[in-house]
Amino acid sequence: MSEIRKAATREGYGKELVALGAEYPNLVVLDADLAGATKTAMFKKAYPDRFFDCGIAEQNMMGIAAGLATTGKIPVVSSFAMFAAGRAYEQIRNSIGYSSLNVKIGATHAGITVGEDGASHQCNEDIALMRSIPGMVILNPSDEIEARYCVRAALKYRGPVYMRFGRSAVPVINDREDYTFEMGKGVLLRDGSDVTLVATGICVDSALNAAQLLEADGVSVRVINMHTIKPLDEEIILKAAKETGKIVTIEEHSIIGGLGSAVCETLSEKYPTKVMRIGINDQFGESASAQVLFHEYGLDGEGVYNKVKTFL
Amino acid sequence: MNNLELQKTANEVRKGIIASVHSAKCGHPGGSLSAADIFTYLYFEEMNIDPKNPEDPDRDRFVLSKGHTAPGLYAALAHRGFFPVEDLITLRRLGSYLQGHPCMQMTPGVDMSTGSLGQGVSAAVGIALAAKLDQKDYRVYTLLGDGEIQEGQVWEAAMFAGHRKLDNLVLIVDNNNLQIDGTLEEVCSPYPIDEKFQAFKCHTINVDAHDFDALRAAFAEARRVKGKPTVIIAKSVKGKGVSFMENNGSWHGVAPNDEEYEAAMAELEKAGEALCQK
Repeated sequence: MSEIRKAATREGYGKELVALGAEYPNLVVLDADLAGATKTAMFKKAYPDRFFDCGIAEQNMMGIAAGLATTGKIPVVSSFAMFAAGRAYEQIRNSIGYSSLNVKIGATHAGITVGEDGASHQCNEDIALMRSIPGMVILNPSDEIEARYCVRAALKYRGPVYMRFGRSAVPVINDREDYTFEMGKGVLLRDGSDVTLVATGICVDSALNAAQLLEADGVSVRVINMHTIKPLDEEIILKAAKETGKIVTIEEHSIIGGLGSAVCETLSEKYPTKVMRIGINDQFGESASAQVLFHEYGLDGEGVYNKVKTFL
Repeated sequence: MNNLELQKTANEVRKGIIASVHSAKCGHPGGSLSAADIFTYLYFEEMNIDPKNPEDPDRDRFVLSKGHTAPGLYAALAHRGFFPVEDLITLRRLGSYLQGHPCMQMTPGVDMSTGSLGQGVSAAVGIALAAKLDQKDYRVYTLLGDGEIQEGQVWEAAMFAGHRKLDNLVLIVDNNNLQIDGTLEEVCSPYPIDEKFQAFKCHTINVDAHDFDALRAAFAEARRVKGKPTVIIAKSVKGKGVSFMENNGSWHGVAPNDEEYEAAMAELEKAGEALCQK
């Protein structure tokens, strides 16, 4: 079997911003002293006049973006998820969300795969925070290719969007001719009838790997890639609940407030179904390599497989 | 407008503040009154705006960073013709377009939604940056409370504005020296305000917030300053114009009752009549 190509979702983000720079003259990019890491440095190089480094001041950066947006600019602001969604939460809510301003937030280094930097930088709460803001769209791509489609869709959409990207290189799983991306629509990646794995972000690959292992045990597994967490594709979830009976959610995020919570909110109201939430339990992360942590916290294919076995 | 006309207008703005806050039975009269002359000068003299075209992309912008003094902004906007003066008394009522704090989608003439202290100034910086980017010559004004500058975000914004040489930006600090828990010195002193902003590469001007000659000179000076944002530190009297509210911190966020309303309006009516005699 040939080696699977790997790339970080933040790479796709950086590349697509450059591509969109030509199409959108009003696109401006802001960063908070992390342009190399967030990959907005690519845009800075291509369009230096439309790039603004705000220094290590994320709250001010969100406000500047809001002001720019009132004049018709389309600001994309970047920082690590911890400092974008976390530190600047209130600025995002009040300066951007409340007025539904056309600001896109590109948050990189989300989740525990930040790795060695440890818990202070591993944001497993950003989806929960952003989901609570009225009107906020949340996109969480599964690989570098999907990351590019997310950025493109976010620019096309008018209103605030939170885009979540990772630091670590992950397998490219969407490299196929018939790939399409529609904001707000889950993607059926594999059909099955015994259980549905609803995954988001880099955990989609884990779900596909787990599904293969489960299939070998004779379990028929459906896999859904939920790249848009808000607005949630309720239709695909309800259909899966009715047809497979059991739902597992998988995310590199706290099991509180993220995809798992969103799916449970929908199902408990519209079609009560047994759900297993796989993610970061109510705990902080720790230092280690991304790969080690992903395994340790049971988010890789093997970890998901083992947990789903106990649920069947 | 000449000074007398400005004084008359400011008096009407003050009446609008008292009427709207009294009608709402809550709100922030103290800081609205201290800034009434500033609102008046900006909207009737300084700013290039057109009430018939509030979305004009080339207009000057105003961001009320101290958003709780919305009654002052609303009164100025109404008297300038952005919406009917009669609507001021709908302040804070269900369904009103006059929210407790400014909301840009709901109120004609409001350029930015504010209310959470420290945030408006960053938005003003963003608008000023956009003007530079588009090579447009509109100017951006933002009014901050003196207590508000305790917020760290204000200094992040000042640092960026100074660094980027945003000379199309004017920050006005309404320096009434009173915040909710006491005087600025008692709570957490930001003084010396001018030297702090100077350290952030801003040009500073100290003025009397209730002297239209001084305001006129300060805003003219700000237009002449190149390569730096200007910060006008306007020494004001909280509650200015209503004697029993003046320099009394307890009127920060309390509405006058019916009796107090009558007394305040009588005083403002009298002041207005005196101005008409001039």
